[in-house]
Amino acid sequence: MSLTAIVGVGLTLAVVVAAAAASWIAPSDPLRADFARSLQPPGSPGHPLGTDQLGRDLLARVLHGARLALFIGACTVLVTAAVGGILGLVAGFVERWPAAVLMRIADVQLSFPFILLAMTINAIVGLGLRNIILSLSAAGWVVYARVVRGEVLSVKERDYVQAAAALGVGRPRLLLRHVLPNVAPSIIVVASLQFSQFIVAEAAISFLGFGVQPPTPAWGSMLAESRDFLYVAWWLAAFPGAALALTALGVNLLGDWLRDTLDPKLRV
Amino acid sequence: MRAYFLSRLAQTAVVVFLSLTAVFAMVRLGGDPVLLFMPMDIQAKDVDEYRERLGFNDPLVVQYGRFVGAALRGDFGESLRYRSDALGLVLERLPATLLLASSAVLLTLLVAVPLGVACAVRRNRLVDHVGTAATVLGQAVPGFWLGLMLIYLFAVQLRWLPTGGMGGLAHLVMPSIVLAAFFSARIARLTRSAMLDALGEDYVLTARAKGLGEGRVISKHTLRNSAIPIVTLAGLEIGQLLGGAVITETIFAWPGLGRLTVQALLNRDFPVVLAAVFVTSVTYTLINLAVDLLYGWLDPRVRLRA
Repeated sequence: MSLTAIVGVGLTLAVVVAAAAASWIAPSDPLRADFARSLQPPGSPGHPLGTDQLGRDLLARVLHGARLALFIGACTVLVTAAVGGILGLVAGFVERWPAAVLMRIADVQLSFPFILLAMTINAIVGLGLRNIILSLSAAGWVVYARVVRGEVLSVKERDYVQAAAALGVGRPRLLLRHVLPNVAPSIIVVASLQFSQFIVAEAAISFLGFGVQPPTPAWGSMLAESRDFLYVAWWLAAFPGAALALTALGVNLLGDWLRDTLDPKLRV
Repeated sequence: MRAYFLSRLAQTAVVVFLSLTAVFAMVRLGGDPVLLFMPMDIQAKDVDEYRERLGFNDPLVVQYGRFVGAALRGDFGESLRYRSDALGLVLERLPATLLLASSAVLLTLLVAVPLGVACAVRRNRLVDHVGTAATVLGQAVPGFWLGLMLIYLFAVQLRWLPTGGMGGLAHLVMPSIVLAAFFSARIARLTRSAMLDALGEDYVLTARAKGLGEGRVISKHTLRNSAIPIVTLAGLEIGQLLGGAVITETIFAWPGLGRLTVQALLNRDFPVVLAAVFVTSVTYTLINLAVDLLYGWLDPRVRLRA
């Protein structure tokens, strides 16, 4: 394992532990306001990272933000991997006109900025946690469909698949037992590389006001609120953003390592 | 060449048509269109009147046909907020976005490509390690956070640069850096790996063997041959660059297409949203066409065919 891989695994584990143990580590409830002690700088008694404009503890909000970010990232990756994976498998295996139409739709969708698409969907179907997972998934399935289809097209020409087909193995079994296991590494690699993209996209969408709404502690909406206090309270912008950047860094490095070990040729 | 051009134009038309259809469908599926198109505080009897007036009582197919017909003439209706032509509003904002995007691309070319080249040429040396670390960080740091931190440092603390808005060159500095950051990190990484691939080729060995100076070997033989993957990625990432402009423009109050789109979405100003989607997808496909044409110039072996 290289140094970067160790850093990646370490950072990712740290974020997962922080998110899981948020309720125990956090000094207080992330929603409890205390107007008498608003905008306290980092290092104040009882508030290691300071407090926000309502006197809520920043450390508690950042920790609970990690929980939300990982939850949204995990849900979105599961949905897109399942939907995009199945569509890609079928499109690569069947090669009839519906597959061609599907891939054209994927091309068109890829030609549109990801953030703008997810944001537009949110503006129309409404805001909130469930809808942001929905909009990110709707915008993100394309990458899986493309990668998986490409892999299937090459795997199904291999001798062992041809041999199984010649032996009379049925098409569903061929797909599930012979093609899918050989495509699975790519699905895992894409999932890890997409995971940080989804977390950052969620934060960006919440930052612009279309995602998770206040007072829920999400890093994106915390950063949006911090803009009004940039002149007096730098910590409100610094810590949630640093948490987001470190999470993205850890997951990116982890993804790079997974790619190098599982599927070095893959380009995403 | 002409056949290629025509087929690309046809593809552009298909892409634009499909994205308009998708947004039209989304707007219609998202609930009562009248409520989406109307201000929040409207009276019930006005809603019925507007529904009739805007033609929402007609069958969906008729509405769709009318929408496409109007869109073909460049008529997306009137902005609900500004009471002026939606497409005109969008086109008015386009130059600001193009200025921001092109200065970000220029910055990327000036910083990321030399950095990638330096990392490849000095592989596993200090430059390479520092450069690689910088690109890994650049890919992880979200643009909107970088923007906030730059504002804090250069506008709030040091007071060197304005916090936002559009004006002189000083206004362009921070938005371009923020927009270029992510893009540069990807391009620098790719330049490094493309250069490393090219440096292992026989023609580089030949060029060195015949006594060419290292500078010429790098610039003429290696970099030129690495240009194709770099340009390909740059073209693919233009869409994400336009997406990044949405966030950058919002942070720095830059009066461009992205900020207009965000405001239109927040105000539920759907004629403007549709016009913005139209202009964004046309811009993107035209840029990609330009990228394809660039291939032929970079690599004369490439023959563009339909």
